[in-house]
Amino acid sequence: MSDAEPIMRNSLSLPRSATAAASPPRAERAARVAGDVPRRAWTFYALAAFFSAYVLFLYGPMLCMYVLSFQGPQGALSFPMRGWSLHWFQQLWSGRTADLAGAISRSIPLALIVMAITVVFSVAAGLGFRRRVRGSSAIFYAVIVSLTAPGYILGIGIGLMFSLFGWQTSWFSSALGAHLSWTLPFGVLITFAVFGRFNGAYEEAARDLGASPSQTLRMVVLPILAPGIIAIALFGFTLSYDEFARTLQTTGPSNTVPIEIWSMTQNVTSPAIYALGTVTTAVSFLFIGTALAAVTLIQRRRAAAPRTH
Amino acid sequence: MASTISSPEAAAPARGEPNGGVVLAGLTKRFADGLVAVDGIDLRIEPGTYCCLLGPSGCGKTTMLRMIAGHETPSEGAILIDGRNVTGRSPRERGTAMMFQNYALFPHLSVRDNVAFALRVRGIDRKARLREADRVIEQVQLSALAERLPGQLSGGQQQRVALARAIIMRPTVLLLDEPLSALDEFLRLQMRGELRGMQRELGITFIHVTHTQLEAIAVADQVVVMDKGRIAQSAPPREIYAQPRTEYVAAFIGGQNVLHGQVTRFDDACVTLAGANGAHYVLPRDAAPVAQGQTLSFAVRRDRMGVSGEPADPSFAPNTLGGRVRELEYQGIYMKVSVATDDPATPGCVVYVEENTFFRDPVSVGQRVRCHWAFGEAHGLA
Repeated sequence: MSDAEPIMRNSLSLPRSATAAASPPRAERAARVAGDVPRRAWTFYALAAFFSAYVLFLYGPMLCMYVLSFQGPQGALSFPMRGWSLHWFQQLWSGRTADLAGAISRSIPLALIVMAITVVFSVAAGLGFRRRVRGSSAIFYAVIVSLTAPGYILGIGIGLMFSLFGWQTSWFSSALGAHLSWTLPFGVLITFAVFGRFNGAYEEAARDLGASPSQTLRMVVLPILAPGIIAIALFGFTLSYDEFARTLQTTGPSNTVPIEIWSMTQNVTSPAIYALGTVTTAVSFLFIGTALAAVTLIQRRRAAAPRTH
Repeated sequence: MASTISSPEAAAPARGEPNGGVVLAGLTKRFADGLVAVDGIDLRIEPGTYCCLLGPSGCGKTTMLRMIAGHETPSEGAILIDGRNVTGRSPRERGTAMMFQNYALFPHLSVRDNVAFALRVRGIDRKARLREADRVIEQVQLSALAERLPGQLSGGQQQRVALARAIIMRPTVLLLDEPLSALDEFLRLQMRGELRGMQRELGITFIHVTHTQLEAIAVADQVVVMDKGRIAQSAPPREIYAQPRTEYVAAFIGGQNVLHGQVTRFDDACVTLAGANGAHYVLPRDAAPVAQGQTLSFAVRRDRMGVSGEPADPSFAPNTLGGRVRELEYQGIYMKVSVATDDPATPGCVVYVEENTFFRDPVSVGQRVRCHWAFGEAHGLA
């Protein structure tokens, strides 16, 4: 399981790297304004050291893996590099090492289904929870507590339940349920954060202008919340695409990508496994990049519109 | 053009004749937590007038406005617009429109699409609704900015968009919730003039909620001063300013000194009161019943008082109040003289002395003075 962890972390690394990229220019600007080398407290150095270690641990292994995936045909699982090639990617694609194409053809539809369900139900919950109903906080905590449930155990539980009922576990039934138990609480938490800042006056204004509730939702609420909804979709997709612990006992006879990688680590001893890591990371980054670009585009079009007033 | 947008529920008012008379009968709002925000209000607002609901925060003025708009359901009572009971109807059926505090412009829509929104939800085709929107945008002089998003506009421009969006359906009553509070001082003065001008041009009823006294007095035909969910006084602005009915109104409107005394003598024309330290006040008698020994409050406008140095004779002429000058503030057209009085019931007294008058015979900080006023300037408070 530990072998799969660096890959699972990939998808979460982007927001952190974005923060890392944003902070040095600010410090430089401060130094320029002061016209002097600023005196720094020891906490600065402590944090810098901690952050360096963090970056080393996060990106070091990933970079090693990316580089090693371009090993020459005679290359081994570790350095030194013996030439450069796309040999291991070809191996991977030919399906000789593992059923990667099959795993991707399951993981992406699964992630898309999870994303759609997470978006619809999280947004509906966000809209519903704005009105304080009896027992709403009990429901809220029941949802949040599921985040603390150990994923692997939950997966075993779902597998047991399916065998009890005599159902066949598969990626589109038991694994889908397992993924939703993970993405829905996240989606709900994000909606609450987004809706907490949503000004109810927009809806009242729409009503005042004669809009029906469905028109208000379609023409006002959803467009205004679009960036938040994209964020939920992003989380839903990547959490599902990279999910391992809950999937292991629930995916049935056909593997998803993380499970396929894990099984490769059990029997494949070639850099093809690194090639697989590189490919899956690229898919994650592509998806996150698209989503962030969409959010940026929406934000830019709205310029500096004050949303919280 | 009008025929494309009019609908049976919100028929366009006939031009020229004032519209939008509002009557509130026993209007009450009780919230779930037991708070009575609006407490049995009876009020008539004449068609085609500008009415200001004035009061401190929490006095119920916004709740009252929201009930007229149809965004809050009254616990009791009725709302009539042009004689029609609209209680429980939707805003669209009432023929009202509301301009929200901070405007609530849709941030994802351009000025033109914001203004055309009411037509869009009624299924008017794009070409017709944008033409109508452009007409209203021209009316508020924003044609050059029609393509902009709300976030790219200044506060004053946003307010004009909000106004255009609200009037496109030709409401008979426009409800404005603190419309000027989001603006800086300079714009506030400019936009309040524009609001008044627009009301006159449209000939419809404006109901404007504010907590700023000068704003209400400047724009309104009728000022309704509210206190804890009830109406403290409803009158034209001049009457509110010159003849506040209660101590609360006098204090809230400002520009008044409120004094107290005990009735020592009265006849048909005047009442004599005894103040602290031998001062005595004579005021014209109004319709209210008076009894010997009763404590009465009365108000004298700050600009109708005078201040002069203390005379050698320690006895008091009628309608004078002794004290010491605490502060002088030069205001350009007048001098604001703050006096710490000898009367513990009226510790502070402020007098606005016209500039020339003040400098002819100035007083200085710390000096003992007498504040005085003419008999007719005092009037009793309930």
